[in-house]
Amino acid sequence: MSAAVTAHESEAAATHEQRAFGFWLYLMGDAVIFALLFATYVIMVNNTAGGPGGKDLFDLRNAGIETALLLVSSTTFGFASLCSRTGNRGAVIAWLLVTFVLGAGFVFLELREFAGMIAIGAGPDRSGFLSAFFTLVGTHGLHVSVGLTWILILCGQVMMKGLSVPVTSRLFRLGLFWHFLDIAWVGIFSIVYLPGLL
Amino acid sequence: MEHPNTGHASTGHGLRSYLIGFVLAVVLTAIPFYVVITHALPPGRTLLVIGAAAVLQILVHLRFFLHINFTTTPKENLAAIVFTVVLIFIMVGGSFWIMFDLHQRMAV
Repeated sequence: MSAAVTAHESEAAATHEQRAFGFWLYLMGDAVIFALLFATYVIMVNNTAGGPGGKDLFDLRNAGIETALLLVSSTTFGFASLCSRTGNRGAVIAWLLVTFVLGAGFVFLELREFAGMIAIGAGPDRSGFLSAFFTLVGTHGLHVSVGLTWILILCGQVMMKGLSVPVTSRLFRLGLFWHFLDIAWVGIFSIVYLPGLL
Repeated sequence: MEHPNTGHASTGHGLRSYLIGFVLAVVLTAIPFYVVITHALPPGRTLLVIGAAAVLQILVHLRFFLHINFTTTPKENLAAIVFTVVLIFIMVGGSFWIMFDLHQRMAV
């Protein structure tokens, strides 16, 4: 009996490892997508077709607040991961919800920025520069929105199923995803917003 | 309850790791924002500062948030990172090479 349990547990651990590796490969593929969207943006950045450029459109304060929200949310997700290791269900859910609120704030600011740009005629159809901008930043925002949905689903699972082996393993992969999105954002503010405002 | 967190999440990555990562990330974000806001440096050097801070911050995130290191991270994960970096270098570098060369020829 105990041998069977041990075998089962080591099998679960092995599956967890394999899944983490598979998810890691997905993230590396995602990194290639983002790298090419960055390359497209850099190539297109001066093709404004007589329309507004980054200097006219970008707001450093907004980008700074977005950066802060995402960085703090990455840290609070780390706290959720730590609490899952000590088996503290309530704390895991609380930190996940804090992470969700911060991430939602980020998406809200981004959508408000997009809406403001489209309202003054600087939508993705205005120029090559703006097409590249909306594709790059929008792809990142879409990833964050998927991450937010995933956080809510996982909150539900932690509540209903507890911190079982599969749930903890999912939490681990969601953590990889969430931290990865913060890395992509470092690229966005360093390549899009800061150089755009020079 | 036993946890199967082998691999990256396993040993020695406690609260300290996240806090160190957070502080370093804040510093490495504040520097380029400060340089851009104050126009303290000429544009060329400002770009260098932004680039250096970004590379350092990405390394900080990989080390302290994703817990990538050379002892506990499985070899195949490290191999995947190296492969991805090479791939990105070829594809992004190749795109720049072709497009900027084309740009120059069109301008003549």
